[in-house]
Amino acid sequence: MTLPLTKDILVVSREQDVVLLRNRVKEHAVKIKMGLVNQTKLLTAASELVRNMLRYGNGGKAIIEVVSSGRINGIRLTFEDQGPGIADIDNAMTDGYSTGKSLGLGLPGTKRLVSEFNIKSKLGEGTTVTIIKWANG
Amino acid sequence: MDRIPILKMGPFLLVTIQIDLYDRLALDLEEDLVRMVEKTSAKGVLIDISAVTIVDSFMGRILGNIASMSRLLDAQTVVVGMQPAVAITLVELGLPLNGVSTALDVEKGMALLQSKMIFDEEEEQEEDDTAAN
Repeated sequence: MTLPLTKDILVVSREQDVVLLRNRVKEHAVKIKMGLVNQTKLLTAASELVRNMLRYGNGGKAIIEVVSSGRINGIRLTFEDQGPGIADIDNAMTDGYSTGKSLGLGLPGTKRLVSEFNIKSKLGEGTTVTIIKWANG
Repeated sequence: MDRIPILKMGPFLLVTIQIDLYDRLALDLEEDLVRMVEKTSAKGVLIDISAVTIVDSFMGRILGNIASMSRLLDAQTVVVGMQPAVAITLVELGLPLNGVSTALDVEKGMALLQSKMIFDEEEEQEEDDTAAN
């Protein structure tokens, strides 16, 4: 059972918001005493996802939550856009696949960096990606 | 507008990235650096990322691009000062930055660039010698 403790919502519409979001996520991660390596992984994952959201979804909403499951705390990030959606999620989750000009590491790479990864997408409606990084995982 | 300063030190260019880059800034740096390599006929580019806490796939690609572009213009690139957490994250992300030379700090990076330059000159010398024979 994962319980949310705090909730912070950020609208992402321009490139500079990436840095803003990273700083905000970092504040929360430090607050729950997440180790430096895990912080770096979480921030990098957040960076990848928010960049995807800007590039493919024309921006959207980022939700930062401190969550708790039993005795451990973590950070849950939700990225919601109203973009075109992803036609083939399985493909999008494969290393090296990209419809854009990137290396195609974004989604599969991000998944490797976090504890839990969830993606939902509907064509024409948008994409929601949720990740959790536990303070000690 | 923000710009990352590029310093010229003898035959080398030195860039110290003190802030977390956003995309525009990174792209500008890439362009400025390549122009500077051409303008100053630099033989090496040293990029200090010791203050950078996040290198995501975009930033990683920029570093790779700078190295490849500089190589085409006859300059070597060395990235120095990567934080251990950044190295761990890059490898897990799947971006081991193949083709980018690294060193632990600026001093070692400079030494590496020097040795690369000497190596290049010797090779050219040898080629000239073989051609002469």
